[in-house]
Amino acid sequence: MNWEPSAALPALRARADLLAQLRDFFSQRNVLEVETPLLASAPVTDPNIEAYSLAQAPLYLQTSPEYAMKRLLAAESGPIYQICKAFRRGESGSRHNPEFSMLEWYRPGFDLQQLMAEVAELLIAVLGPRPLRFTRYSDLFQEVLALDIHTCSDAELCHRAQQAHGIDASALDRDSALDLLFSHDIEPGLGRTDYCFVENFPASQAALARLGTDEAGRSVARRFEVFINGLELANGYHELTDPDEQAQRFARDCHLRRERGQEVPPQDARLLAAMQAGLPDCSGVALGLDRLLMLKLGRHSLAEVLAFPAERI
Amino acid sequence: MASYSTSEFRSGLKVMLEGDPCSILDNEFVKPGKGQAFNRVKLRNLKSGRVWERTFKSGESLEGADVMDTDMEYLYNDGEFYYFMEPDTFEQHQADVAIVGDAAQWLKEQDLATVTLYNGAPLAVQPANFVELEIVETDPGLKGDTAQGGNKPAKLSTGAVVKVPLFLSEGEVIRVDTRTGEYQNRVR
Repeated sequence: MNWEPSAALPALRARADLLAQLRDFFSQRNVLEVETPLLASAPVTDPNIEAYSLAQAPLYLQTSPEYAMKRLLAAESGPIYQICKAFRRGESGSRHNPEFSMLEWYRPGFDLQQLMAEVAELLIAVLGPRPLRFTRYSDLFQEVLALDIHTCSDAELCHRAQQAHGIDASALDRDSALDLLFSHDIEPGLGRTDYCFVENFPASQAALARLGTDEAGRSVARRFEVFINGLELANGYHELTDPDEQAQRFARDCHLRRERGQEVPPQDARLLAAMQAGLPDCSGVALGLDRLLMLKLGRHSLAEVLAFPAERI
Repeated sequence: MASYSTSEFRSGLKVMLEGDPCSILDNEFVKPGKGQAFNRVKLRNLKSGRVWERTFKSGESLEGADVMDTDMEYLYNDGEFYYFMEPDTFEQHQADVAIVGDAAQWLKEQDLATVTLYNGAPLAVQPANFVELEIVETDPGLKGDTAQGGNKPAKLSTGAVVKVPLFLSEGEVIRVDTRTGEYQNRVR
């Protein structure tokens, strides 16, 4: 029976120091620390994220504090941050734990450039200086795989994924083929010597980000992700504020879930009401705190920075 | 056989892939924060010995393979087949030369070896990690030369040829690591 923590004590002390440093970082910037419930009546609808549901109440463990924090923003909280636990069913591995710590913050009035600059300042403060690299999702496919994702067909993408990774191509759609190629072939090489910011995700992968257009007039998601040492660390949005568009995305997610035979959770009416009342123009980002600690300490698995990972609870 | 979902893939689990029994070596969960989850799996094809890398969508499953590793006593061979016996049941199994492969050079009668059974028939044979075998042919030993480096080839009773220190001579029994083919020490 493994009763001992999987992380060494110095790693647990480093976590305490990191938390203090992050609180200081936001306090100096007048960003307010908030707490929202870990229990949620309506979890995210994203078909790629599964929440744990409770047996004794129609409630879920949150997969991120996003909806609740947006309700605070709509109530004119101003800039806010939160350090909390998030839960995702079925996500387990050396870089995933079904329960993890998240740092999420929102900046009313910031566009993505401003938010990326702040993320970079935080990374430099915590991990030390490195050059910053800003690149785009489609440029990486071109550079690493010589694929033009604007022109190549779904069949071609699925074929490439099958050739390279022996996956059953009939199990893939366009977005999952892109996810596979990105996570297997591109991501491992990102942020080896720099802090790598990837922008302009496909419009089909907008999640809760607003849509925009790139310089060629193509529709893209106003989103960025940050990669360090081949590890995805943070995910930022220029937030969608339009309640009608939000309702449509809920409906689309639920439709997709029904099609795939997944559980269809309730949609968050309180978030929609808050957006009706008015969510200020803002950008927000979620950052994996356990992964940040892993990078800071030069470790290669979450178990080395968690007191008790899922295998030991 | 039961089928196993990607979340149940563990090192050592035996599954069927493309009609062949395979043993899972490694299973890595890969998932973009917003996107499809995958399992990147390394498997050893137990028929060919080759290592395959395959990616599955998380939640997919594979049929279990009826594969079992059993310790058996090696009895003898008749040039075409090698015969093994389960010590508990005395049940005998025959494995042809191709299946025994390189393991043959380490098999001494009455020693235990691990026989992998697939649907009840031998699929692979693995000798014990360490075996003790007699030297049957080597240059004469150099008395007193126990400290000096240098070695010479020695042929063992099973036919294997290993490098041994110069002081050893025919008739002596040595311990060999079958994974590397390296001499370990003199037994008697």
